[in-house]
Amino acid sequence: MTRLSRHRAARTLTYLSLVVASVVVLLPLLVVLLTSLKSEQEMANDSGALQLPDDPLNFDNYVTAFQDGRMLSAFGNTAIILLFSVTGTVIIGSMAAYAIDRYTFRARKLVVALFLVATLVPGVTTQVATFQIVDSFGMFDTRWAPIVLYMGTDIVSIYIFLQFVRSIPISLDESARLDGANAFTIYRKIILPLLKPAIATVVIVKGITVYNDFYIPFLYMPSEDLGVISTSLFRFKGPFGAHWENISAGAVLVILPTLLVFLFLQRYIYNGFTRGATK
Amino acid sequence: MADTTETGVTGKAARRVEAAPAARTAQARAPRGSRLRRGLTPWLFLAAPLVLLITFTYAPVANMVAYSFTDWDGVSPELSYTGGENYVELFTRPELFEVFFVSGYYLAASVVQIVVALYFATVLSFNVRFRNFFKGVLFFPYLINGVAIGFVFLYFFQDGGTLDSILGLLGVHSDRAWLGTPVSANVSLAGVSVWRYLGLNFVLFLGAIQSIPGELYEAAELDGANRWHQFRYIIAPGIRPVLSLTVILSVSGSLSAFEVPFIMTGGATGTETFVIQTVKLAFQFNKTGLASAAAVVLLLIILAVTWVQRRLVPDDKVDLV
Repeated sequence: MTRLSRHRAARTLTYLSLVVASVVVLLPLLVVLLTSLKSEQEMANDSGALQLPDDPLNFDNYVTAFQDGRMLSAFGNTAIILLFSVTGTVIIGSMAAYAIDRYTFRARKLVVALFLVATLVPGVTTQVATFQIVDSFGMFDTRWAPIVLYMGTDIVSIYIFLQFVRSIPISLDESARLDGANAFTIYRKIILPLLKPAIATVVIVKGITVYNDFYIPFLYMPSEDLGVISTSLFRFKGPFGAHWENISAGAVLVILPTLLVFLFLQRYIYNGFTRGATK
Repeated sequence: MADTTETGVTGKAARRVEAAPAARTAQARAPRGSRLRRGLTPWLFLAAPLVLLITFTYAPVANMVAYSFTDWDGVSPELSYTGGENYVELFTRPELFEVFFVSGYYLAASVVQIVVALYFATVLSFNVRFRNFFKGVLFFPYLINGVAIGFVFLYFFQDGGTLDSILGLLGVHSDRAWLGTPVSANVSLAGVSVWRYLGLNFVLFLGAIQSIPGELYEAAELDGANRWHQFRYIIAPGIRPVLSLTVILSVSGSLSAFEVPFIMTGGATGTETFVIQTVKLAFQFNKTGLASAAAVVLLLIILAVTWVQRRLVPDDKVDLV
């Protein structure tokens, strides 16, 4: 084989592998989208999963998912929890980062170590005991349980804020202090506005994590009224049993917002998740 | 990514050296009252984060260790100290111990996952058409809700579902229940977890590879290095820190696999993982003591793995602060 044809063969194989990978990723999702548009009858005829729906604009299953699957209240609950926990994470994380970076105090090393070691404790393992604490505060089966847990156990966002606070010149703080600003004013008027890119990153990463979380709402909010999208979708398993067209509609409803967010905020998302993982 | 962190760290160190004496003289000059106030200020900012951290991370860990030596059921006011009995039970009752073998499937899957992610990250770090599209497609599953993924793949493995239809198109007709036997079910579930988590590994690797300066490749090409040489001598050393991080994430992820198997099979047909078992012990069978012991064991294993990794690959990024 000549060098050129070898090169061409390698290129073809590369593209082939990329196309195969794309099919593997997309096909299961596309089939669920197709299934969500099929009628009960079409499903009963068992024409095969890859068959196109008769009416591609048949949204009946989505109506069912909203009405019987209570997806509307699920999106509402998720929105409330998202709003509170993400706002809380931003405030708490940025305050902690400000204090750790801008002040030298006696136990500073200890505080930093506390945050560092906590990243090593995987949340799933400690829920046995966390449950008792949440319960003793009377927060079990209320929206406060997930809100407080999401706020209190997010150390990654403290790190993201820390990196940004560090890049803000101290001279800004000092000139404000000379103008008579106190510590809180400096945090509020100088640090926080300059943290906007970090806040965007934390909001997106935290938002997606909270939106997708299943374990905490499943454990702490068993009542049906408090279903978030994960737990409400999970409950589709019972009443809709083998009605895959309804289950598929629910799944598509949950995936769609994520897809939109991803398409519009790609760059932030890649940066945020890589920064979050490497801490 | 790597280079920005480094300049960040050195820049900070330099600045702290400048800032420290300035702060000290300012403090020395300040009157007593304001000095006290200044000493108190960081604690006002740290109060909320620290209270939350201690209440929801450290207190549970401490309680969990305490519960693990008792026979508490999680509800009744009385509990008695049982010593190491829970731990003995955990390691001697075979059905409790079996869940570790299930982790083996996920561990094997994460090896596949790392290799595949590394391959695609390398391929897409070179000039490829539709690069952003492929990058997006490979990463997107990582962002999808776990319950939705569970349903997508329940339908995928369903009798007459996606997989059977595709195989049918290829002329293979099987009426195999993919989730029907323990081995097949575990392999299928581990496959789903590769589908789900590959994207994160891939994007981490890609970021690391792209932070390698381009001149290195050019220089290597001038020296007659081929693609494999470039991978072996430029890319591989460049991504070592990220690779070791990924290995840790994979090991702890395999041991604490929960969502995919719980949503898809609920732990039936031999797919129960360690975390599913712990959750069931604690919240279904009210064996808080035993469940705590199980959680302590998992925590210790994960800490041990992390410690080994830190020893093997000393990573200066760890002391960012």
